[in-house]
Amino acid sequence: MFAYILRSLLQGAVVLIAVAFIAFSMFRFVGDPVANMVGQEASMADREELTKHLGLDQPFPIQFLRFLGKAAQGDFGISYRQGRPVAAVMAERLPATVELAVLSAIFATVVGVALGVYAAIRRHGLVANAVMTLSLVGVSLPTFLIGIGLIYVFAVELRWLPSFGRGETVRLGGWTTGLLTKSGLQSLILPVLTLGFFQLTLIMRLVRSEMLEVMRSDFIRFARARGIPNRVIEFRHALRNTMIPVVTIAGLQLGSVIAFAIVTETVFQWPGLGALFVNAVQFADVPVMAAYLVFVAFVFVVVNLATDLAYLALDPRLRAAPTAAR
Amino acid sequence: MSDIAVTVPETAKTPSLGARLFDSDLWASFKRSKVTMAAAFLTLLFFLVAILAGVLSPQDPFDPAQLELLNSRIPPLWESGGQAPFLLGTDQQGRDMLSAILYGLRISLVVGFLGVAFSATLGIGLGLVAGYFGGAVDAVIMRIADVQLTFPAILIALLIDGVVKSILGNQLDPMTILGVLVFSIGLSFWVQYARTVRGSVMVEKNKDYVAAARLIGLPALVIMLRHVLPNVLGPVLVIATINLALAIITEATLSFLGSGMPQTMPSLGTLIRIGNNFLFSGEWWIVAFPGIALATLVLAINLLGDWLRDALNPRLR
Repeated sequence: MFAYILRSLLQGAVVLIAVAFIAFSMFRFVGDPVANMVGQEASMADREELTKHLGLDQPFPIQFLRFLGKAAQGDFGISYRQGRPVAAVMAERLPATVELAVLSAIFATVVGVALGVYAAIRRHGLVANAVMTLSLVGVSLPTFLIGIGLIYVFAVELRWLPSFGRGETVRLGGWTTGLLTKSGLQSLILPVLTLGFFQLTLIMRLVRSEMLEVMRSDFIRFARARGIPNRVIEFRHALRNTMIPVVTIAGLQLGSVIAFAIVTETVFQWPGLGALFVNAVQFADVPVMAAYLVFVAFVFVVVNLATDLAYLALDPRLRAAPTAAR
Repeated sequence: MSDIAVTVPETAKTPSLGARLFDSDLWASFKRSKVTMAAAFLTLLFFLVAILAGVLSPQDPFDPAQLELLNSRIPPLWESGGQAPFLLGTDQQGRDMLSAILYGLRISLVVGFLGVAFSATLGIGLGLVAGYFGGAVDAVIMRIADVQLTFPAILIALLIDGVVKSILGNQLDPMTILGVLVFSIGLSFWVQYARTVRGSVMVEKNKDYVAAARLIGLPALVIMLRHVLPNVLGPVLVIATINLALAIITEATLSFLGSGMPQTMPSLGTLIRIGNNFLFSGEWWIVAFPGIALATLVLAINLLGDWLRDALNPRLR
């Protein structure tokens, strides 16, 4: 089991270093960092001094190692556009994105699993069929269209919910939260629905097909023969055995939660990291782009590790025989 | 024994391609599914109107000389205030929505097809090489694929798009932007092809026909392209169909975020981006019709892809 965790950690480190390398190479391809930082009137001597000061006169591998060292401490330099340290800019935006992503993931998982189980148990029911058809439509709709549709119905026509921003937020130490005020909570509803929708349809379809598979297996038949009530069979015996693939996909999907957060945040003018990244790309703000890339890779690595650990919790066989696992 | 001798020559006769198509399992399963037929009809319809956009639309939306500001923000014909010939109304520049959608559809489809063609070529090529040669080449290609899978395709496309544009400069003409879009979408979707092809090639290369081809001294390139490739293309077709929908969505999303096609030569995504600004002032048609067109197009292609996947999957037959 220890070797299993260690291998996951090692793979994660390789991914992180590779991504850091890509992020670092961007500085070479996009613009001239010295030209970005000095004014028009700077003399050649000024430029040379800055080049030396930034360490840009050193060989590429040394520069990369310095970048790695700084990145590990969360130092990605100064944003070209905002003139402030990237770490500070990102820390300010982080709470908005984390609240949005976590709430959508919870929404998608809870509703997705419930609907998936229902669609599997009442396989030929009217509601189950309607839900399945709707889910296919949901997979096809681009995220930004769902967002625009929700805004049109709930903000423009019905005027029930706000269509942009986070509403009122409360400061708790370094963290700003929208969870404690009425307008903050109202502002969360539409973005969370938009961001969670795709994940929901995916999880639901997966749970349904896995459930149908498990319900056919021998141990379910024996459980029925023992006279165990249907509810217990469905939720304790069957659902538990569908969880491994569901956790895998849900974990892998966290990457797309971040991706769709870029889109969702733009639609709802949500002041999070995704909107920051979109702006950074448009203005070629390389330090912010690089930091965001490394951040996404870091989240991915952590989630993958958590997924691997979740396997251990869900499947006792992995704990008993670590060498046979995988 | 004599029965077998008689039947062999009959099956050896190859019927024409059309006859084989209409006799195949694929055609049978196509005829059985009404939804699939509807989806195929819609997809063909979209292709057709996109090709005929120049003939069908009352206005050339890319020609600023044909736009009259007096005609701006006219509602659709059936609403009060609607004016002929603007069936679906006009946007804030006096651009006819129907024409804009037809031309925008054309751009969305062109970017989608070229993007899929580029990513499929790249992915199949790398997958063939990785699977056929194995070893260090395989390891390098597949590790790159692994790292790329860390990031969602849309993020990669956005990033490549931004980097390429800042290298090329800010003043780009629409056709160059279209090229950049195809390039960035292509680069963000190759992994799936490469993985699938590599897997199939690793199975195929141990079969007798490959050994025979090697034995008669054919070069590796010929074996890969002429003999192995045709045998691994089935799953690629399914991926390509589903990826066409994904590529169209990605292009629309990039354009919606402001990193795609410019307002002077809008795709469906750009039109939705423009229309989104008028959602609150009540001009719903500027965003609604491009949105409906995009959603229907993607749904139809997705339904076709789903059907193709099931029809070609031997386990589900």
